[in-house]
Amino acid sequence: MQARRLQFRSQWLAALSLLVLLGLWQLLAMAVSSPSLPLPAKVASVFWQACVSGELPFHLGVTLLRLLVSFVIAMLLGCAIGVLLGRNASVDAFFDNWLVIFLNVPALVTIILCYVWFGLVESAAIAAVVINKVPNVVVTIREGTRALDRDLLEMAQSYRFGKRKTFVHVIWPQLHPYVMAATRSGLALIWKIILVVELLGRSNGMGYQLHLFFQLFDVASLLAYSFAFVAVIQLIELLLLKPMDRTSLRWRR
Amino acid sequence: MSGLEINIVNKSYHAGDGHLGQQTIADFRLSVPGNQFVCLVGPSGCGKTTLLNMIAGLDKAFDGSIVTDDSHRPPKIGYVFQNPRLLPWRTVRQNIELVFDGQPPTALIDSLLTEMQLLDAQHQYPQRLSLGMQRRVAIIRAFAVNPDILLLDEPFVSLDAANARQVRASLYALWQHRPHTVLFVSHDLREAIALADRLIFLSASPMRLLEDVDVDIPRQQRHDEAAIEAFRERLLREHPLINRLL
Repeated sequence: MQARRLQFRSQWLAALSLLVLLGLWQLLAMAVSSPSLPLPAKVASVFWQACVSGELPFHLGVTLLRLLVSFVIAMLLGCAIGVLLGRNASVDAFFDNWLVIFLNVPALVTIILCYVWFGLVESAAIAAVVINKVPNVVVTIREGTRALDRDLLEMAQSYRFGKRKTFVHVIWPQLHPYVMAATRSGLALIWKIILVVELLGRSNGMGYQLHLFFQLFDVASLLAYSFAFVAVIQLIELLLLKPMDRTSLRWRR
Repeated sequence: MSGLEINIVNKSYHAGDGHLGQQTIADFRLSVPGNQFVCLVGPSGCGKTTLLNMIAGLDKAFDGSIVTDDSHRPPKIGYVFQNPRLLPWRTVRQNIELVFDGQPPTALIDSLLTEMQLLDAQHQYPQRLSLGMQRRVAIIRAFAVNPDILLLDEPFVSLDAANARQVRASLYALWQHRPHTVLFVSHDLREAIALADRLIFLSASPMRLLEDVDVDIPRQQRHDEAAIEAFRERLLREHPLINRLL
């Protein structure tokens, strides 16, 4: 009962804080009264028009597709390398420096180099995102692999679980929180990088559109597109990641 | 039902810096006939767990050999570790079913769960159970595979007396029902006498065999505490060395 009331109150507070933010924006826009800070209503109407014309859904869709492809590649590659480094100390010692270098190369440098070397093509854009993302996944998954419970691995070995069974029932459930962490931080990172990638070398997608609005000083469209973007991220978090967490953590006390 | 020939010349742990570490087991020979119930008794830290790990094939870094009668097929091992080692993300029943390849034997698992009074808890996750219940699940898991060799590493430690007595009785009943070779590590001499055919007393590190005693109390008298107490006193009188171990 108490818990439910607390939950209700926190939801109410969350809604209120959004309203306050909107109100502040309204007041500020009215005070400034300039096209560089449009009223919320103006942004809403631009948003609606962009949706109806199909322009926003198209560019958002293109970006989402790039995001999906590069995310899947980066996660698969990162997990494989991370497990390898976590399990094998000498391989880890050899590649540790590479990892540090790749972690610290600025995203912009990778993007420019990819475009210079491979041309202004789709695969170069995807590669740039993947290269930026993989080291993060590797570091997280490597930690997870190092933290694997030896007791349980020995149990699996003495009962002859075999490779597949050991992975599915012993290793994966332990890696899962780390994969989720890599997914979360990874999505946040890719969102930001992918816009720069599109801005620099693509002729569609959110990044390209934002660049266009910048040149036209069209702040209303810029904000409308940003909100669509933020909303999609929130939806992914709410509809995909949260339920995945819940089902896989049922066993916790 | 396979016997064991253990012949360990030397087992040392390597220190982290590459230097030869301390010798854990030295010149240890033991021959266990099939279906014998053997209790290993020795001071803590003497290398009993290491020995069980070597028999289970988890630790292969030693000089010597561990051979079973049936040498053309590796023995099936049931191992009850010192801590239960259940998968926390699988239910009690899933934990037991996982040790089987293919279809798990439903009737057998049901009867074991009933015997250990865990039928009601079979769909719970291990972390929601008491330690005693988790230990019983681990024992069921080891029994369910119908092992050639059953290894038990102080399985009743940290159970309260009543619980320990009950689990011990279940273990004994299961073993009588389907005999197999058992190596049981224990600190408790009375418990060892009540269960075993044979007691092996071990020295502190490096582990060597000190005494090898057959328990000649007939099986039907094993629940008789007076008989066990009498045996224990005779044992301690005849082998004063044992007293210092315990």
